Amino acid sequence: MVRFEGVGLRYRAIGRAGRSPEVLHDISFTLPDGVFRWLLGPSGAGKTSLLRLMYLAVAPTRGNLTVLGTDVSAAPRRSLPRLRRRIGVVFQDFRLLPHLSAFDNVALPLRISGRPEGQVRADVTEMLRWVGLGKRIDAYPTQLSGGEQQRVAIARAVITRPSLLVADEPTGNLDDAQAERLMQLLHEMSRLGTTVVVATHNDRLVARHPAPAILLEHGRLTGHH
Amino acid sequence: MFGAAVSVPMTAVSLRPTGFDELGLRRALSDRLLPFLVAAMAFLAALALAGWIGAASLAREWQAGSGSALTVQVPRPSDPAQTAEGRPDPAAGKRVDRTLALLAGTPGIASARRLSDAQLSDLLRPWLGAGAGRLDLPLPAVIAVRLSDPDADLDSLGRRIGVEVPGVLVESHGTWVGRLTALARSLQACAGLALLLVVGVAAAVVAVATRSGLSARREAIEIVHGLGATDGYIAARFAARATLLATVGGAAGAVLALPVLIMLAGLAAPFAGGAVPADQGTMAFLAALPTTIWVSLLALPAGAAAIGFLTAQGTVRRWLRRMP
Repeated sequence: MVRFEGVGLRYRAIGRAGRSPEVLHDISFTLPDGVFRWLLGPSGAGKTSLLRLMYLAVAPTRGNLTVLGTDVSAAPRRSLPRLRRRIGVVFQDFRLLPHLSAFDNVALPLRISGRPEGQVRADVTEMLRWVGLGKRIDAYPTQLSGGEQQRVAIARAVITRPSLLVADEPTGNLDDAQAERLMQLLHEMSRLGTTVVVATHNDRLVARHPAPAILLEHGRLTGHH
Repeated sequence: MFGAAVSVPMTAVSLRPTGFDELGLRRALSDRLLPFLVAAMAFLAALALAGWIGAASLAREWQAGSGSALTVQVPRPSDPAQTAEGRPDPAAGKRVDRTLALLAGTPGIASARRLSDAQLSDLLRPWLGAGAGRLDLPLPAVIAVRLSDPDADLDSLGRRIGVEVPGVLVESHGTWVGRLTALARSLQACAGLALLLVVGVAAAVVAVATRSGLSARREAIEIVHGLGATDGYIAARFAARATLLATVGGAAGAVLALPVLIMLAGLAAPFAGGAVPADQGTMAFLAALPTTIWVSLLALPAGAAAIGFLTAQGTVRRWLRRMP
């Protein structure tokens, strides 16, 4: 379960006097386990900031935030890594590690969790085959196309079977067939209990896969239906 | 393939393959500069350690020498001793025997031993040559006195002997030994200070290298942190790299310092009561290095490793605290 209660977010001003403006104001909504939600809104509405709160990259400036049943505002800092391991994230800019092969990038979350190397090898190979990169497991990100990098990023996000999956424009570099395949994967994960939140500008994709949406505008929640 | 979307069991032990460089530290903490700087620090540390050990052993020897802190010279030793009124006192024996008897009866004196004629001419040889005995000089008897109580009142002892055996000279070495010991102790303190400084500079060098590695790998750290890596996990990666580089540097510094230390040990050997035979090759020189120096040379890589590990751990953990 993910719950926002009157959450506000203000980034710390760096090298400037005074307080930076609040990018999110009074956000309140609840996502039960296993739901699929679009996150929609114009550029600059605060979608990425909302996702950053969900995957614990920032802490709310005010209000209460509960992620997967843990009150993040009150939880001690050392308890957060374990919580993060249950959250998969697909970044808009992929954020792959350039000095690691596709295999090692996808294996990274499993190794951080301390899984046995035999299981890592089997899972990662199967996952890369599934996203159509079975022949490119030793390629480095710079040797991969944008779409291939995005698929590596998706594989890394779902390899741990997370309880919460957060994706920021996950289909931006995929062709229609690949995007369709990804949507099927996300729906399947949500059916199996993962809470899935996908931010996108792709109206056609949303139209093809109707689902409840969180609507943001100017840092405010304008709808949740 | 997504059999269970619920919480996944997590083991505490990391089974990550060795050499898995997820943060790219092989380049961010490069082997170009850090080992050389640490080697230079280790070299200086070796010299400081040798200075410390050398000064300490000199101080120890001089202090042990100050156990015989007193020489008593008795002119005309074979003349009969006198009574308090200045008349010869045949019952008291010779002047030297009387002096020895007085010394033996004084508390705080461990032993009083008359130097033999041979020992006396040894003492005089630098000034009078080997034939001093043939010159038939009126030499005093010299009594070497070892004190058991270093604070014994030597002035009153000198006065008391002077009354019974006029002309006796009581000479204390304590002042000189004290000055030399103070000098050695100061040298030792300087060496210790230099060692502390070297340790501090080495820690600073590792900290600077670690911080530059942190800035260079900021994005990778954020990604790994976002994937659920603990501070300990990230700090361990940096610490492993810094420890390796510092150990290599420390070992190199120790090896570089070895010939210098052997040379210094050769120069210092005459003062430490032994001479290094010059014709027995390197092995004799190696054997001439005190064990403590060998131990501290071996300790240098270990010390460098400890500095590398602790500094990297501390620096990374402090830096990570800014992350949520």
